Amino acid sequence: MINSSLKELSALLAARKISSRELTEAFFARIEKFNPELNAFITVDPEKSLAQAEAADRLRAEGRAGPLTGIPVAQKDIFCAKGWLTTCGSKMLHNFVAPYDAHVVEKMNAAGIVNLGKTNMDEFAMGSSNETSYFGKVKNPWDRTAVPGGSSGGSAAAVAARLAPAATGTDTGGSIRQPAALCGITGIKPTYGVVSRYGMIAFASSLDQGGPMAKSAEDCALLLNVMAGFDARDSTSLQRPAEDYTRQLSEPLTGLKIGLPKEYFAEGLAPDVAQAVETAIEEFRKLGAQVVEVSLPNTRLSIPVYYVLAPAEASSNLARYDGVRYGYRAPEYTDLTDMYKKTRAQGFGAEVKRRILIGTYVLSAGYYDAYYLKAQKLRRLIAQDFADAFRQCDVIMGPTSPTVAFDLGEKADDPVAMYLSDIYTIAVNLAGLPGMSIPVGFGAKGRPVGLQIIGNYFAEARMLNVAHQYQQVTDWHTRLPEGL
Amino acid sequence: MSFSAADVKRIAHLARIEITDVEIGPVLAQLSNILKLVEQMQAVNTEGIKPMAHAQDIPLRMREDEVTETDQHELFQSIAPQVEAGLYLVPKVIE
Repeated sequence: MINSSLKELSALLAARKISSRELTEAFFARIEKFNPELNAFITVDPEKSLAQAEAADRLRAEGRAGPLTGIPVAQKDIFCAKGWLTTCGSKMLHNFVAPYDAHVVEKMNAAGIVNLGKTNMDEFAMGSSNETSYFGKVKNPWDRTAVPGGSSGGSAAAVAARLAPAATGTDTGGSIRQPAALCGITGIKPTYGVVSRYGMIAFASSLDQGGPMAKSAEDCALLLNVMAGFDARDSTSLQRPAEDYTRQLSEPLTGLKIGLPKEYFAEGLAPDVAQAVETAIEEFRKLGAQVVEVSLPNTRLSIPVYYVLAPAEASSNLARYDGVRYGYRAPEYTDLTDMYKKTRAQGFGAEVKRRILIGTYVLSAGYYDAYYLKAQKLRRLIAQDFADAFRQCDVIMGPTSPTVAFDLGEKADDPVAMYLSDIYTIAVNLAGLPGMSIPVGFGAKGRPVGLQIIGNYFAEARMLNVAHQYQQVTDWHTRLPEGL
Repeated sequence: MSFSAADVKRIAHLARIEITDVEIGPVLAQLSNILKLVEQMQAVNTEGIKPMAHAQDIPLRMREDEVTETDQHELFQSIAPQVEAGLYLVPKVIE
């Protein structure tokens, strides 16, 4: 049952073979046993979750259950959930009990999904290893000496270790896709604007996007159906007709044109990752796809562009954390300015502070044109690269991460080395395109390898179809770490 | 593009984050490395290119100028560090 897909769990619940309460309790037992070591969850509240489970069971008894009613799903601790501690992995919000629900949480509650608990994450979503959380590092279930990736490391580890059948994540520069790859699970970041950012604690507003993380593309599609949709309270939420993201899953891949950017298979890519990705591409050929070489010439520029734009937006978004209205306030200070400075110095971790400082600098008088405006111009070039590539192919594929999971502590002291590992994922956020990662094998030290699929705007259903067809003829996505 | 301790102090003040004298050295080194990375942007000619602020380059949606929120100040202030009579309490500014 802990290995069951969302579809299978839905069938079990519908057939009354199990109640939502029993299902939720089964996952609590897993969490109790394995979370102390993995540290995937920050907050677990059985009383609240079981109350939701019982409400779901009642809905079912009244004949009003939907496809995911009664299924427990973990929430990345970046989504405000009313009455729940919502920390964003930070000391700054260590005591913040959200007074409202994020749009995503509202939709999931309305669908009868049970909130299984809040997962660990890099502080304020800034990180690629889940090592910056105030609540401690998360361990990769496949190798406890390795990072799970970040920033949605807790969600990825929870799904990989079967502590949750699915989880929500957010992705600003790769934070759904990269931990999905490093933990051997499936995750999708939709087109910018598809999932509402209301109640999703802001990092970089023009890049942030929430999305599902689960054991398969089909499960991701089912959860995306609930998460997606217009929300008037998010000024960047797109008004489009509602979509069923499962509608194309069964389509054959004959005639599919896959673009392989030559820049993604150049230096910096570890040979074990290259091998697993090449084997996966071969599988797609067998499924009827054609492969063409494309070029994304400005790939390398995406890192400096991102590390100007994202910190700039973060410096603005994190200005609200001042000890006045909620969250941490320094215990001692002389005056108002001193209170702000001490609250923020004590409440934020080192990486967050670095990014706020860089962001403040690039937006400051005299530097705005050379940095921020320059980065926005390069952003247009990067988006144009993808537009040109999509004239020659339907989807773009490549490795999600240049290496498998690195060791805990390996890059923690070298921020720039950490930033460079985002090379394949970042440009997708800059262009606002949808991107997903699926497991395609294992590399060095038995650590998982992920393949990234990038689609054109609003191509999620097609991408999920491509991933699903691959998952029908391979079993990487069903593997379970040893000892779990 | 040289970045100095004076820059760090100035930026820290703008960002309202206290940085002690002991921290300035390491912070300066780390920020300098990041700025070196960022310098790579200057190698590309962007003359005539319009900046792109939105991921799909579309303008933000507008709405009618109507009141849609309700007064929830009691709920929102229940989690504040210090409140009194509906006001958030903060220390005085000392010039």
